[in-house]
Amino acid sequence: MQETTVALSDFVSTQVLDRWKGIKKVAREEYFTSGHRTCQGCESALVMKLMAKAAGPRSIILGATGCMYVANTTYYSTPWVVPWMHTQLGSSGSAATGTVAALRAMMRKGKMEEEPINVISFCGDGGGADMGLSAISAALQHTHYNLLIFMYDNESYANTDIQVSGSSPYGANSTFSPPGKVQRIMHRRWKKNTAAMLAAGHPDCKYVATVSAGNAIDTMNKVRRALTIGGPTFIHSLDPCPKGWDYDPKYSHEIGELAVETGIWPLYEVEEGKVKMYGKSKHIASGAFKRKPVREYLLRQGRFAHLAEEDIAYFQGKVDEMWEKWLVPGVIPFANA
Amino acid sequence: MNPPKTATAKKVNVAAARAPRGGSEELISGSEAVAHAVRLADVDVITAYPIRPYDTVMQYVSQLIADGEFDCEYIVAESEHSQFEIVKHASAVGARVFCGSSGVGWLYAFEALAVTAGLRLPMVAMVGNRALDDPGAFGVEHNDALAVRDLGWMLAWVATAQEALDTALIAYRVAEDKRVFLPCAISCDGAFLTHSQAIVNVPGQDMVDGFLPPYDRAEKQLHPDNPITIAPQANEDWVMEIRRQSDMAARRARDVIIEAYDDFNAQFGRGGEPFIERYMMEDAEVALVGMGTLAMPVKVAVRKMREQGKKVGFVRVRWFRPFPTIELQEALSGVQAVGVIDRDYSFGSSFFSGVLANDLRSALYPMVNRPGIVSFIAGLGGREVSTDNVIDITNKVLDAASGGDIDDQDTYWIGVRE
Repeated sequence: MQETTVALSDFVSTQVLDRWKGIKKVAREEYFTSGHRTCQGCESALVMKLMAKAAGPRSIILGATGCMYVANTTYYSTPWVVPWMHTQLGSSGSAATGTVAALRAMMRKGKMEEEPINVISFCGDGGGADMGLSAISAALQHTHYNLLIFMYDNESYANTDIQVSGSSPYGANSTFSPPGKVQRIMHRRWKKNTAAMLAAGHPDCKYVATVSAGNAIDTMNKVRRALTIGGPTFIHSLDPCPKGWDYDPKYSHEIGELAVETGIWPLYEVEEGKVKMYGKSKHIASGAFKRKPVREYLLRQGRFAHLAEEDIAYFQGKVDEMWEKWLVPGVIPFANA
Repeated sequence: MNPPKTATAKKVNVAAARAPRGGSEELISGSEAVAHAVRLADVDVITAYPIRPYDTVMQYVSQLIADGEFDCEYIVAESEHSQFEIVKHASAVGARVFCGSSGVGWLYAFEALAVTAGLRLPMVAMVGNRALDDPGAFGVEHNDALAVRDLGWMLAWVATAQEALDTALIAYRVAEDKRVFLPCAISCDGAFLTHSQAIVNVPGQDMVDGFLPPYDRAEKQLHPDNPITIAPQANEDWVMEIRRQSDMAARRARDVIIEAYDDFNAQFGRGGEPFIERYMMEDAEVALVGMGTLAMPVKVAVRKMREQGKKVGFVRVRWFRPFPTIELQEALSGVQAVGVIDRDYSFGSSFFSGVLANDLRSALYPMVNRPGIVSFIAGLGGREVSTDNVIDITNKVLDAASGGDIDDQDTYWIGVRE
């Protein structure tokens, strides 16, 4: 897995993790295994498994407070085969920075054997898109630190009883935004465009990608690409959540695919300043695939059950605008004057 | 006098004063002295974020790095919260770390400060003591560092630049001792110490290497060769046992600190008594107690009072956590009254005293013949504590000792416009 290393600058090298071409090439070893107690149908638990599998054994994984902390690691049991440490809700960026800084200093000073060690720090949307945004932004400026910030986005503070976050979709019912007798829509904010915001705002960051675990191999290959290219990188995963989105747990993958097919969740990567669309998103952008109406996605989920026709029309209009008017459809939200 | 059963008084071999060996004499501020300590300790990861007055230490640290005199990963964070979280994680991987802050900056990092102690990570930090805004004030108050006093942080207060340098070296040795593994904050009074220059002996590297062993996390190091899980959810099943371990560590810290001062005194020819400094206490009938740089005006006032035949002494508390219960009981056992000068406040607390007075009153309670304690609040917001202020304080304590009008259960604000 790490026969060769790429030297980037002084004492900075990464493992070379080749792209896995198809399911038969994927490593068999798991580094996120049994020992957790996530909900049935939890897409984020699968995402953790894919992320750890893609990174391999010479990795340190850090996890901010959230579902993937509370539901995963109960004292005296752990699903993590690789070293893992909790970090505070807003600290995924800081945890990665501190871990890499320590490895780098100690290897340079001869206090630790020199080797490229993957450092991944994950956070949910509450920890990443809300509280930890500034620390992630700071981490992405350290171009000489090899680290991956991985944001699993289940579009709410799902661990604390499903409360809206800045990454929750417009109109979603949550315990902090319930529809009521007077107000039908309590959550009026449009979902933050986190991955693209970070890519646009940190031009020296070499790799930013969005993923959907319905395409497991693509998800793993993006993790491997992020870890190989070096420097600070960011991956944003949209994770359907049966409990928070209110649907039958067996439909997690299907809901995730619908998010892509309706154009709500564009799959893309930004590698060294070049945007590349992936999968169905690529075909939507080229016109080869006609976007499904957002209604097909929204009405599958109880969290949108209270939406009126005008709300669905508003939602559709915002998604249309994204694909038809944005400078880079689905990514950069500006139009030429 | 009934000392707590869990700790034992240990006699410290304080070496006689002699010429410092090795190193060089430099005219430097308290902040610069700490920067030299950090360099000599070969710290691996340092994070900075600006807030006056502590941030001068990072100005010196960054210059040492820029000039090639010091090798470490130096990160300017985007907030105090990140500043402390970054070094917390670096410490878990096995790096020796340094950090610091002041006033509301220290409180902005409060979450990180709590978990650093909870995780038993031996971070060493400098607090440039500063008032908590609002109203805005750059000057010294001790409430910033004192805010973490219940969490497992060891807290030292220093009075001179030399003591700041020496205490930083001692702090690394104590914090990183496996019997302790608790973070330590060194409090330096804003402006009075952080920005004031004095002649400091900066020791040579070989002397420091002989005193301070490398940081070794051993089986607790986060590394692929040691794939442990750190800080899972423990809840009611285990949190109480984990808290008890922190309690035991805080108890063990006492002997480790004594050992460290013993060695420091022997190797460097200075360092003094570990927990408290006694000034003219041999025959004192009343004693003043305080922390930090107010030692200077207090000592001047004590000498003046002595010239007038008043038997006054001073005890400077050097470590607030672990609290020197035994030493204070012993030092104050012969006096008739004690005046505690707090450069902090604890609004609404018992007798409306400051934090030091409250802890001292609690520590002296088991004594059979405990002296009365008159509590004073002075020097807030960086206001100078003058010699006259201290003489005023001392006269009140003497009055209380002789059964006068001063109430030894009350708290008096000194130098305040009413």
